[in-house]
Amino acid sequence: MWFPRLSSERALRIWPVDAPFALTLRQNNTEQVYCLNAQAEKLGLHRGMSVADARAFCPDLVTRPARPDLDARFLSALRRWATRYCPWVGRDGTDGLVLDVTGSTHLWGSEANMLEDMRRRAGRAGLTVRLGLANTRGAAWALAHYGNGATLAQEPQKALAHLPVAALRLDETMSTALQRLGLRTIGDLCATARAPLARRFGPKLMLRLDQALGHSPETVNPEADPPHYGVRLTFPDPIGLMADVMAATSRLLGPLCDKLKTHEAGARALTLTLRRVDQGSQQVELRLAAAMRDPRRILPLFERGLSEVDAGFGIDQMRLVAAVVEPLPVQQIGAASARSSGPDRLNDLITRIGTRIGLENVQRFLPADSHIPERSFIIAPAAYSTAENGWSVGRPRPLRLFPPEPIAGTGPRPPERFRWRRMALATARTTGPERIAPEWWLDDEGWRTGMRDYWHVETRQGRRLWLYYTPQNPGWFVQGEFA
Amino acid sequence: MAPDSFNSFPLRNARVHEVFGPSAFGFAAIVAAQMAGDFMWVREAWRGDILHPVGLATICGPEKLLAAQTANQTDSLAVAEEALKDGALSLVVIEITRPLDLREGRRLQLAAKAGNTVGLCLIPEGMGSNAAETRWRATPVFDAEREGSTLMRWEIIKNKSGTVGAWDVRWDRENRRLHVVSPPVQRAGSQDMAG
Repeated sequence: MWFPRLSSERALRIWPVDAPFALTLRQNNTEQVYCLNAQAEKLGLHRGMSVADARAFCPDLVTRPARPDLDARFLSALRRWATRYCPWVGRDGTDGLVLDVTGSTHLWGSEANMLEDMRRRAGRAGLTVRLGLANTRGAAWALAHYGNGATLAQEPQKALAHLPVAALRLDETMSTALQRLGLRTIGDLCATARAPLARRFGPKLMLRLDQALGHSPETVNPEADPPHYGVRLTFPDPIGLMADVMAATSRLLGPLCDKLKTHEAGARALTLTLRRVDQGSQQVELRLAAAMRDPRRILPLFERGLSEVDAGFGIDQMRLVAAVVEPLPVQQIGAASARSSGPDRLNDLITRIGTRIGLENVQRFLPADSHIPERSFIIAPAAYSTAENGWSVGRPRPLRLFPPEPIAGTGPRPPERFRWRRMALATARTTGPERIAPEWWLDDEGWRTGMRDYWHVETRQGRRLWLYYTPQNPGWFVQGEFA
Repeated sequence: MAPDSFNSFPLRNARVHEVFGPSAFGFAAIVAAQMAGDFMWVREAWRGDILHPVGLATICGPEKLLAAQTANQTDSLAVAEEALKDGALSLVVIEITRPLDLREGRRLQLAAKAGNTVGLCLIPEGMGSNAAETRWRATPVFDAEREGSTLMRWEIIKNKSGTVGAWDVRWDRENRRLHVVSPPVQRAGSQDMAG
């Protein structure tokens, strides 16, 4: 199965356009046409031409940026869909599927009927599809890409004889070279002596030819479906007691954690859906500070969320899904696990606190490379970061930092006496100035007043303050207090 | 009072203590520096004054710090109770904005006991709770002799299991230790400055 216009048709399914349409992708520093619809192809546009050229050909061309990642997801969805025809489905490049339908065509009556069904269903989904069915994977590929309408081939040698050599999945340079030698079709190639060809073009050409004709085997690699981490439990009678719900949760956690363990994964977020007798459902979400799969540790973490559930007339079904899963390799029991009991406890604590105030509100400070006091550190969620050492203490910095508070003062030297937070303070000793210039590459509201001269001011009253003076817009401010 | 009677510090384990005054942040940082494990700082997100980790680095490593931002004091207390009870941390610092009633103070105290963790409430002046083990006032003192000094006066004004007193202390940045300078009675001059 070949979808010649997969990307553009995926985009048009979401947002239909009845005009020449192209997807563009930035490659080699220019915007290039990535995929076209049928109308645009009719106007003579082709893949790989620059967008400026395409617009010159066709001024009313509608363009949108291409999303190869979404195309790949769409193709994997199509792959799952294609398992309706046979269980042995693999991807072929970025825009094709390869199906091994041996033994399953009779379910549609005949091979032709099955192809007709494929074409009809794909057409209903708005996809152009070109099909090829043959005894070998290579021949099917050739028929799909180059067979003009001919899709069925019983005898590969005969069906392929008139197709161009490019149908053998050869690269551009090799097929051009073959054409220069006068070998235009696969039939010509078969009639030529093999040894000189192999000497000139390497083993790949002969391998491709043999694969297409069925002399050497080629397998279809089906992709395994990603494991589904979800379990459910239906009760004969509705339950409503907290202890019952917890017991049921622990029953669900067991198989789920076993499954996570076989795939060497750990859950990072779990969703427990409780369906009530009256068809209403409630969800309890649990976000964990670290990937884990130990049911005994996860169960107590559900307690808080479950205590808020309104059971109504009773709960008759529970579903537990690991919504976010991370790889978590199996660890050897021993010194390593004994050492890691500390972080585990801390992660459990972060999870429990995170269920109350939100996991992103439990934070850690990380050092950052900046002289601006407000930007000399990064605040990161503790669940998604590790503690970093490497705080460099150059000039003294205050322990407490607050938004700048203006005080009365003139001149570049700190004022002798000033009032701050309704306190009269007298300067006893000053250290400074330390000039910090704003980072011009980042626009910061607070630094619009220009550079700052910071002073460490010790007052006779004891308070040790961090003052700054802005020479470009004269004024004095207090920004911090030392220990 | 002789310096060697400075026995209320380090703070008694498995209890909740209180501190107020301009140097309360410094007090909390020094308490954290003398503990081995991680510590948590619970504050309400709307407050303008924040702990500056670079400034903290001169006293204790900011990598030991976990900061929890809460929406209101009820959340703060719940988070603090959870953290105290767990025992994975060695210190929990809570910024208090309204006075605790007896029940809240007692619950924190019980949680600290259960987890064998030290709790430290940074309170506004005069908002102490009866349940606190000790209550300290920390004020900075001008040091005429040294530049960039961290001289502070720590007064213990409530102590459930000991006597009250006052000490002048200085944090030694190089050796990361606390020095008790000299009894304040001999430094009569500095006493009225601190007022």
